[in-house]
Amino acid sequence: MSPIFEAIALKRHFGGLWAANGVDLRVAEGELHALIGPNGAGKTTLIHLISGGLRPDSGRLLFDGADITRLSMHARVARGITRSYQITQVFPRLTLLENARLAVQARRRDFGTSFRFWRPAAADYPMIEEAEEWLGRVGLAEKAGTLAGDISHGEQRALELAMALATRPRMLLLDEPLAGMGPEESEHMANLIASLKGEQTVLLVEHDMDIVFRLADRVSVLVAGRIIASGAPEEVRTHEEVRRAYLGDELP
Amino acid sequence: MKASRRESSLEMVLLGAALFLPFALQAIGEDYYIGLATRMLIFALAATSLNFIVGYGGMVAFGHAAFFGIGAYVVALLMEQGIASAWIAWPLALVTATLAALAIGAVSLRTRGVYFIMITLAFAQMIYYIVISLKFAGGDDGLPLAQRSALVPFDLASDTVLYCVSLALLAASLLALKRLAASRYGHALAGLRQNEMRMEALGYPVRRLKLVCFAAGAALASLAGALFANQNGMASPAQLYWTQSGMLLVMVILGGVGKRYGGVLGAVALLGIEEILARITEHSHFYVGIALLAVVLFAPQGLAGLFGLRARTR
Repeated sequence: MSPIFEAIALKRHFGGLWAANGVDLRVAEGELHALIGPNGAGKTTLIHLISGGLRPDSGRLLFDGADITRLSMHARVARGITRSYQITQVFPRLTLLENARLAVQARRRDFGTSFRFWRPAAADYPMIEEAEEWLGRVGLAEKAGTLAGDISHGEQRALELAMALATRPRMLLLDEPLAGMGPEESEHMANLIASLKGEQTVLLVEHDMDIVFRLADRVSVLVAGRIIASGAPEEVRTHEEVRRAYLGDELP
Repeated sequence: MKASRRESSLEMVLLGAALFLPFALQAIGEDYYIGLATRMLIFALAATSLNFIVGYGGMVAFGHAAFFGIGAYVVALLMEQGIASAWIAWPLALVTATLAALAIGAVSLRTRGVYFIMITLAFAQMIYYIVISLKFAGGDDGLPLAQRSALVPFDLASDTVLYCVSLALLAASLLALKRLAASRYGHALAGLRQNEMRMEALGYPVRRLKLVCFAAGAALASLAGALFANQNGMASPAQLYWTQSGMLLVMVILGGVGKRYGGVLGAVALLGIEEILARITEHSHFYVGIALLAVVLFAPQGLAGLFGLRARTR
């Protein structure tokens, strides 16, 4: 498979610390690609660099053959790269349906511009129907009228996923979607992510190794700002350098 | 649904009463109050335009006087050149203020919070000092209007007509605000107020959304400024000064930030209190200050919140 996304020699430093020190990463279309690494390896920085929240000091980012290194975050979303956040980022004082609809409305190529000032958005039925579908997809259809600030943490994470999906990304960046979840909620989220396999390109950053090795098609390991291994879960699990980086105690 | 219909009918009653007011005042020979009522309408329009930026757009701008003053000065300067037609001067005021807002906004919107407050204040003060240094703009003395704008077929020389025109513009703005809040753009603004970063991550052009809001508020303010120059008989530097920005902000806070009627209630209350207090005491500002303190402490949603008017912003 040809890569839909490629990072080439990506570098970014904060003071004396190289959070990205020549990262090379390829994500193939349709795969679920997991990014793991010990704490402080630079995973979050890498997600920021890919989504456009941070600019690299040097190196290039290619998406679908085009150079996106200098594009703003919203321009990257328009090209098809959407991220979810580690810390829940929903709109607490809007209902679930309004949250999802805002995500759908963001898709200019399908629904046109948001610079419409007169027509009530509540009369945009195709938009609303699609928002309802996305809520259904993550199991939140019944709570469409509830304020997002009033649902549980796990449900907010599911809403967050629905919103990211509603932008119809060509590559979805999931930054620790299981963070802070109980076992039951984790299982629900893992199943949701599993349900994306085959239809959605995903770059997943996750600490839970069981989930990573259960779900991922390929795994890349980031250590001290560099990818030290990239391959099928089995190869990575037995990789000498990886085992050393994790001191053998975290890998299942 | 029911609540919104009740609100609409209340609006119609209020509009009817407002239309009836100048004729009633004339009938009882209290023409003076038509002037006061007109001033309230004009400042209601200006405060509403600022409330759009502060309450709907979530940007605390402290330089709104710049756009209000630009409206007044464009009308006065054109009048000097012999162009009295409102159909030329008012749209030109609108365009000038919009361009100024786009330029100021393009720079200021790179900042947030306190920095945004300071930078908008700085720009407004810059415009103030430029204008008072211009000989042809009248310097410190301002620029008197030889006559009121000519708004054919209406005769603005009549106080009642000026009142009605101000009322019509205010009513139109409030209706537009209602439609806008429920539109796609209004929803995008609601998202921005709650979480700007998330909106960017969803793919919204955040800065452009905010810039349009800022410029639209400025344009509306310039219209209020054009009206005020007409009522006041001149464009004066006081309309550009930071205290004017402060007064508009006080009106918004007093009336209710982000409430559709916040600007109106704030303007009517503040000018009303000042009018009454000015007769009783020389220290009216002191009592206005206390009133503002009371609102901030006990009714953080402003007078609009106190009256239980439906919240639009969340």
